Amino acid sequence: MDKIVKIYSTTSCPYCVRAKQFLKENNITFDDIDVSANQAAGEEMIRKSGQMGVPVLDIDGEIIVGFDKERIKQALGI
Amino acid sequence: MYDLIIIGAGPAGITASVYAARRRMSLLVISQDIGGQAALSGDIENYTGYQFITGPELAAKFEEHMRKFDIAVKENEEAVQLKRIDDKILVKTNKGSYEAKTAIIASGKRSRELNVPGEREFKNKGLTYCATCDAPLFNGKVVAIIGGGNSALDAALQLIKIAKHSYIINITSALGGDAIMREKINESEIVTVLNNTKVTAILGDRMVTGIKIKREGKVEQLAVQGVFIEIGLIPNSEFAKDIEKNQFREIKVNCRNETNIPGVFAAGDVTDVPEKQIIIAAGEGSKAALSAFRYLARA
Repeated sequence: MDKIVKIYSTTSCPYCVRAKQFLKENNITFDDIDVSANQAAGEEMIRKSGQMGVPVLDIDGEIIVGFDKERIKQALGI
Repeated sequence: MYDLIIIGAGPAGITASVYAARRRMSLLVISQDIGGQAALSGDIENYTGYQFITGPELAAKFEEHMRKFDIAVKENEEAVQLKRIDDKILVKTNKGSYEAKTAIIASGKRSRELNVPGEREFKNKGLTYCATCDAPLFNGKVVAIIGGGNSALDAALQLIKIAKHSYIINITSALGGDAIMREKINESEIVTVLNNTKVTAILGDRMVTGIKIKREGKVEQLAVQGVFIEIGLIPNSEFAKDIEKNQFREIKVNCRNETNIPGVFAAGDVTDVPEKQIIIAAGEGSKAALSAFRYLARA
């Protein structure tokens, strides 16, 4: 079954762009949450990850801070 | 064995890769990121051909250009050693080791740290080195920008649209940077500039709650929820131990981008080239690639 993938990002952050590009290249469907436009989502991201840096990925509940390709691959099982 | 290994994929490294690929050199690009500091810039209005482009957009264009060629790129990989053994250049990274006939060091610079208590602890917990990335998370908050040069002014200008109030904490007696940016800061009512002021600690519990500052001999506390450190950059040159550097740890190059080691070239912000600009880094990258090509033709 496909995993539920959420990415908390801002439009201006280059690592967010790269992380999203990586997901697209691997045909992963994801929910893109722009925390600069949605303050409540920003709070949610801080609560989940305990920090304020973007991007944050939530892969079926596993929280990954930053564009950490290896960990993302592992969490996705690809 | 490759003809060329390029370390770094910012404007210098990517331009070098394009030039080398067009000369049909076999090459490998090793980099922690793509786009380098250009990708972290806000608005860019001085790269010829683009009257206005953002850093991430320009970096994406650079990458697209590089990917047009069949170039091996090792991303998320950090060079830890570079040395010449006989006729070969050996590059060790945190993940592997590679050999080439020539190398171009285009590893750029990184943010300088403040080195005060609390800095490490609160990194990404309200403290950031990348205003372009993280500024939007400080919507309606009170923040401090540490620094007094162009990067501090750039961060302050980005935050004018976002934060409730910004303090610029500047250690010297007056702000530096471009006059046009200073004027915009001075016009803003939600920016307070504190000159002759030193940050001595970052305070907080789970997240940043304030900073400790020293001005006119007195220690004060300032309540802020965000801290942006913008106090300049240091070269990523530590891995190139045998390469000659200047007092700022920038790699010394001549006008052909040659270093003191034959076959090893350097380009962009990691070098002692005057002026750190995207367009200069790109130009230097092309020169370095052509020099490497000529070196191989002679060898």
